[in-house]
Amino acid sequence: MAKGRIIIDEDRCKGCGLCIHPCPVDILDLDRSKTNKKGYTPLYVTDPEQCIACSFCAMMCPDNVITVERFVKEGSK
Amino acid sequence: MSKVLMKGNEAMALAAIKGGADAFFGYPITPQNELPEYLSHHMPANDRVFVQAESEVAAINMVYGAGGAGARVLTSSSSPGIALKQEGISYLAGSEIPCVIINVMRGGPGLGGIQPSQSDYNQITRGGGNGDYKVLSFAPENLQEAVDLIKESFPLADHYRNPVMVAVDGLLGQMMEPITLEETEKTQAAGKKEWAADGGYGERGYRNRIASLYLDPYKLEEHNLKLKGKYDEMREKEQRYEMIETEDADIVFVAYGTMARVARNAVQMLREEGVKVGMIRPISLFPFPKKAFEALPERTHSLITLEMSLGQMHQDVQIINNGRYKLDFFGRTGGVVPEPEEIVEHVRAALKEDA
Amino acid sequence: MNTKTVYRPQAGLTEREYHYCPGCTHGIIHNLVGEVLKERGLIESSVGVASVGCSVMAYEYFDCDMHQAAHGRAPAVATGIKRVRPESTVFTYQGDGDLASIGLAEAVHAAHRGENITIIFVNNAIYGMTGGQMAPTTLLGQQTTTSPHGREKAQAGEPLRVCELLSNVPGATYLERVSVHDPKHVRKAKKALQKAFDIQSGKQGFTLIEFISTCPINWGMEPKDSLDWAVENMIPYYPLGVYKDMTKEDDDA
Repeated sequence: MAKGRIIIDEDRCKGCGLCIHPCPVDILDLDRSKTNKKGYTPLYVTDPEQCIACSFCAMMCPDNVITVERFVKEGSK
Repeated sequence: MSKVLMKGNEAMALAAIKGGADAFFGYPITPQNELPEYLSHHMPANDRVFVQAESEVAAINMVYGAGGAGARVLTSSSSPGIALKQEGISYLAGSEIPCVIINVMRGGPGLGGIQPSQSDYNQITRGGGNGDYKVLSFAPENLQEAVDLIKESFPLADHYRNPVMVAVDGLLGQMMEPITLEETEKTQAAGKKEWAADGGYGERGYRNRIASLYLDPYKLEEHNLKLKGKYDEMREKEQRYEMIETEDADIVFVAYGTMARVARNAVQMLREEGVKVGMIRPISLFPFPKKAFEALPERTHSLITLEMSLGQMHQDVQIINNGRYKLDFFGRTGGVVPEPEEIVEHVRAALKEDA
Repeated sequence: MNTKTVYRPQAGLTEREYHYCPGCTHGIIHNLVGEVLKERGLIESSVGVASVGCSVMAYEYFDCDMHQAAHGRAPAVATGIKRVRPESTVFTYQGDGDLASIGLAEAVHAAHRGENITIIFVNNAIYGMTGGQMAPTTLLGQQTTTSPHGREKAQAGEPLRVCELLSNVPGATYLERVSVHDPKHVRKAKKALQKAFDIQSGKQGFTLIEFISTCPINWGMEPKDSLDWAVENMIPYYPLGVYKDMTKEDDDA
């Protein structure tokens, strides 16, 4: 069950891959099936269910591609 | 207002304080050292900023920073130090930052000498930095004129958003003359600068950027044309000069600064011999006072440029002359200040040759 | 399912996308500077001084007043700004070609005078923007376009360690060398920046944070490999850590 999710601004991504290695659950890769508006191969999440919303990927991203959200129970802050 | 006897460098420093200088950044170099020395005491005493920088290069960049942050800024130096500032002056002009630069000129090239000279005219009017830019430049002849021009330079710099230079030679920096400038005179107030990068984004609501980089050549051209507009306005409005006994002059000297002071005596001496001599004294170096030459009478047939150099302003005289007058040049260089008799002798010899 | 944003990018930054090469650590460092200034409530009263190098257009990215300096002159420009606008937060952002070569005098003297500014020094051991020439910080044996056989000590001297050099300058208050090669170090680097800007806010003097950085394109490596190269080659020569902390001495006094 995912603890959270990342929102990817695909067209900002330069396919540098710095986000991939730090992911503790190893669910990031470059999506070789596509290229974005800049002509790069962007990032994608291989198994969103495993996301722990640790933000490591976002911290390592030089291009402000990733927003990280944690899932919270209804009614909690 | 009373008159006070002051040393040139100190008078100019006081004038800058009255002109509203918020900050001074400078460096020691002969023959202007009394200027930073005076300001090191009087700027902090007036709650203003004084920094002796590590070099003239650092000083002009501090000027660039403080000027870009909206302050009225002054630096001073002498010829070799002004050479070091050329990069900074180009950035100031390109980024449209106002500042005042006092240049107390000495002999060159290289380390040169420490005696008065006028061999930086090209550096001042053509600029030694890269790119198409101009520095509004004045050359006073005496300390009162220097003091008045320096005070005026601050609002002029603000209006044009450009560096303004007041260039004297070492003699004016070192001499003592009576000036009317009260210590108690109120400092000119400067307006707030809406374009300044001063950390005021929060209040202002928009970001300010001070830069001279335009990678798109069409934008850079547009920027250069905007700068040209300012220089054209200077050419239109800031030509300053004095006409001395030119109404009936056959021969007209062209001289500025200390050379003009010497030439005044030569004019008198020649007039006593019956030679109808006058003088055009440029007070603005850029813009070159073309209007002065248009005001000469029909009977004038010769111009003699007098400079303490090998002839730099002489080139501007040649350009505007356009073949109209007979041109001649007399100069001393290396820091030598001529006697009036030398100029008189030169004219006598020229007249003999013509006869 | 409700969500809470735990990481929102572009704090303290404009909307502009960086022009930096893929995997260039400039982006990570810019992000940290923006975050710290935003979180400390300083961004709207800041003036950043951009230098000359790949980050020449830093004025496009930081969401505050910006001033572009000539190559190496940023600390002098920052001095001018801070002296006349002491209530603003003033920082410079300089690469190693800019700070350690042409700008060394200005950096040393700003530290020496104890100017109340913060220098962000990005060290990637090369001149990036101009195509990969040797810098004072290039390692021995490192090949660059102006050291085609690798940097030789006899020709070019040994690489210059800036934090160590400045630690001997009396006016410097806080100097730390950090890295951004993994999230743990990114967190530490952010703490260093917080400390530096807190010192500036407290009017305690000159701070410089040196970032071990990469240049994938000019080093001829993939981004991830360049991070590894930096860890294996740069960090042993340029050890991470605090090189000066005058605030500690004040506490002890």
